[in-house]
Amino acid sequence: MSPLLSVKNLSLRVEEGSLLSAVSFEIYESEIFALVGESGSGKSLTSLAIMRLLPDAISVSSGDITLKNRSLFALPESQMQKVRGKSIAMIFQEPMSALNPVMTVGEQVAEVIKVHLKIKKEKIKDKVISLFEEVALKEPKERYNWYPHQLSGGQKQRVMIAIALACEPDLLIADEPTTALDVTIQAQVLTLLKKIREKRKLSILFITHDMAIVGQMADRVAVMRNGEIVEQAACETFFTHPKHPYTQMLLRDVLFQKENEERPIASGSLLEVENLKVYFPVKKGLFQRTVAYVKAVDGITLSIDKGKTLALVGESGSGKSTIGQAILSLVDITEGRVIFEDQNLAYLNKRALKPYRQKIQVVFQDPYSALNPRMTIGNIIREGMLSLGVGPKQKTLQDSYIKEMLLKVELEAEHMHRYPHEFSGGQRQRIGIARALAVNPELIICDEPTSALDVSVRSQVLHLLQKLQRESGVSYLFITHDLSIVPTIADEVAVMKDGKIVEQGLVEDVMGNPQHSYTQTLLEAAPTLPNLVYAPEDVDDTKE
Amino acid sequence: MKFVVLWTDIMVWVLVFALLAWAWVLSRSPQVKKKWHTIFRSSIAMASAIILLFYLFFTLLDSLHLRFSATSTQSTGQAVQYDGEIVSLLDLLFVHSIENTERTYSAPFAIHEYATSIIVDKQGVTKQVYLPLKHVSSGDDIWIKSFFALLTGLGISVLLIVFHLFWYKERRLVDRLRKVWKGETELPWRTGYLTLTLLVMTFVWFYMLSYDYHVLGTDKVGGDVLYQSFKSIRTGVLIGILTTLVMLPVAILLGVSAGLFGGWVDDVIQYLYTTLSSIPGVLLIAAGVLSMQVMMDNNPAWFESTLERSDLRLLFLILILGVTSWTGLCRLLRAETLKISQIEFVTAAKAFGVGRFTIIRRHIIPNLMHIILISVVLDFSGLVLAEAVLSYVGVGVDPTMHSWGNMINQARLEMAREPMVWWSLFSAFVFMFILVLAANLFSDRIQTVLDPRNDT
Repeated sequence: MSPLLSVKNLSLRVEEGSLLSAVSFEIYESEIFALVGESGSGKSLTSLAIMRLLPDAISVSSGDITLKNRSLFALPESQMQKVRGKSIAMIFQEPMSALNPVMTVGEQVAEVIKVHLKIKKEKIKDKVISLFEEVALKEPKERYNWYPHQLSGGQKQRVMIAIALACEPDLLIADEPTTALDVTIQAQVLTLLKKIREKRKLSILFITHDMAIVGQMADRVAVMRNGEIVEQAACETFFTHPKHPYTQMLLRDVLFQKENEERPIASGSLLEVENLKVYFPVKKGLFQRTVAYVKAVDGITLSIDKGKTLALVGESGSGKSTIGQAILSLVDITEGRVIFEDQNLAYLNKRALKPYRQKIQVVFQDPYSALNPRMTIGNIIREGMLSLGVGPKQKTLQDSYIKEMLLKVELEAEHMHRYPHEFSGGQRQRIGIARALAVNPELIICDEPTSALDVSVRSQVLHLLQKLQRESGVSYLFITHDLSIVPTIADEVAVMKDGKIVEQGLVEDVMGNPQHSYTQTLLEAAPTLPNLVYAPEDVDDTKE
Repeated sequence: MKFVVLWTDIMVWVLVFALLAWAWVLSRSPQVKKKWHTIFRSSIAMASAIILLFYLFFTLLDSLHLRFSATSTQSTGQAVQYDGEIVSLLDLLFVHSIENTERTYSAPFAIHEYATSIIVDKQGVTKQVYLPLKHVSSGDDIWIKSFFALLTGLGISVLLIVFHLFWYKERRLVDRLRKVWKGETELPWRTGYLTLTLLVMTFVWFYMLSYDYHVLGTDKVGGDVLYQSFKSIRTGVLIGILTTLVMLPVAILLGVSAGLFGGWVDDVIQYLYTTLSSIPGVLLIAAGVLSMQVMMDNNPAWFESTLERSDLRLLFLILILGVTSWTGLCRLLRAETLKISQIEFVTAAKAFGVGRFTIIRRHIIPNLMHIILISVVLDFSGLVLAEAVLSYVGVGVDPTMHSWGNMINQARLEMAREPMVWWSLFSAFVFMFILVLAANLFSDRIQTVLDPRNDT
């Protein structure tokens, strides 16, 4: 059988150097081929090269791409227009920005059909509706007249798939199609893609950074690193016998291991949250009257023991980040109590709160926005020390204290004179941790600290957090949507939905024997890695 | 002889020292230094900056005022009475132009008046003749004089350049020169030196010939247009810079508080600037200027001289312009502050219990700096043009004050004459055009470099 698409020795370069070197792979009919790699490895560039949509600055230095034995690079632009859409279609990571906000979704699909297929005007609408049915969009007739902002993220991605399928392509390029979606929605979209593949005999080039999705979806896998394909294999052999050390490392990092050392035994609870409610008023009208409330957090009770980690799991919009902010007294608490070492922090004034600011610190999700770009690393770490009066008062002693902190988070002492933009995402996250650590907190609220990081960096940061907990006995409230890291980092877990905790308990109990139906759905939706030869236990893994 | 300090002089010198202090502070941060290096890496920015510095130099020269007592008023042999008269350093430089007034219009480099006069000669015959100008040397050696003037200009600029090269003491002079010549220096000094040479040579040529000619002609009462144009530089630059000085604190304070504190503070500030910006600007300025004029007419004892009077009027105009023009920047800063205050590094600072004002100072203002800088430089050229428009309408600076707006206002009648008197308008236009063009090109470059969205 001849391949549908074959990429032969594709090399791309910009003026400064090479971006892709000798990338070769083939995709056969009705096959899902996964291209895996960390950010910057060149997976998206490969897909753009196939569509011939590369930016002007990038040139193809060698190689060829053939679709059904026709060279795509030899086609004139007018022919290529027909190939795009009709033979190869593409869906993107961010469905919001790929849809035109001022056109109804139905019109947007119809437009594509009008351009590429010769169908009578009256029939186009029927065709669109049948496409909507195929991508399992509910009430397709009504949805035709809806605008993108009225749809949820998952629905938008379904519309995007409908547009891609409209012209019956032979190959679908899916560039991280579920990265922006919640786990349960992601599972639905993935199932849908598989179903469409079966039905249409469609080939899919699936670009992702998530090993678990690869395990669930792909027939064959290629791993990319620094513009090269380091390993290519059928899915089963890939997971059982990874050959290349980089692949082995990637798989090991996905299965982030709990370190088998004794943790300090719980010595009483550190933080108790009782019946916490945070409502945000919805204001309307000329005089900004409060007409309703958004119940972000609606009666939460939880407790964290000293030296332990509580994981707070939930999908986006479940109110988990708001709990973190309420504990930090950064949002007003509507009702309830936050008791830290026998002191209720809710409703304390600024001055009374200050000693507790030192004891509760926070690490943020986005390492790029968490550090002021105009301050040196040294000054960023110094800020908290000065404000809270922690550490030495003399400038030279402070400097050596800051250097000590940097070494603690495995950075170098001379980094303190640099600016944030000189560091990578993982390094910045370490700086954020050093900043929190500098004031000797007893509780650190980690608000999705690893979700913006690549897999290998993620495992480094998690290891660092565990090491620090062992050394200093700090407690963590670990807010995450990533179920895969929960068993390894947390002692207890609380599952949140719509501002309420639906299930709470020890990690082994909740993950092993979920009681609530929502927890069960979450665990089922999370894509799991196939059993690996060197995996000691079957670990649930989701994408980031 | 003693120094006289006018209100606007104080402001302009304070501003210059503040700028120098700011530059010194900035030069200690390697990140900011690098940004400014990037700005000057464009040869257009380099040329514009040198032109702007040239204008600034004349502003400062015109902002040092002296008053001579009657006894010690000997200048270059001519007995000139400066008693009671306040003069600036620029006036001293152009003493000959002030003294050598003609009777009426004369064209640039003319030897005779522009219009014929009726005279009765010795024979009693009435004739129409072009009278010769009083203070013009009618020799044919204009080429030789030009040559020497240009040579002097070249000499001065070479001196300045060599001085600058020595200041850059990193290398041997010859090596450095060769690098500059080939355009291999990191900053485009070749362009910079060329611009400087061109400016200095033009100025020296104008200046040296102004002893023998009226280089840009004379106006209706025989005043030298070249001198007027140079005097107008101060008015234009002052209005451009000082208005921003008045406007900035208001805009920053209100914009940041509206964005950060929200609630009723935000509401009040928003209502304020919405109201202000919905009244036509010219109307507001005209009302302000006219009521101020009435006040000044009722209190003539406030001023010792007409110069002080017109200076105070300039100051009021600057204040009024400042009060009416902060709304645009304020709105921008409010929006940006709203955005920045949601970013996590501000949340982190709050979690450390850092006070609100420290957050503003350390986290918000530094991240607003690029917007402030861009809008200041953009506003500058707008304000220079606004001065011209307002003076033309008659609500601008004092009519006795030299300004491009006043020159253009006068030119309204001159353009209607036959034959047309074009040089007043032309000079004002060229001087203003060069300044505004340089400011715009420079601000363009600043915007490209400092706008974080252009970071790649």
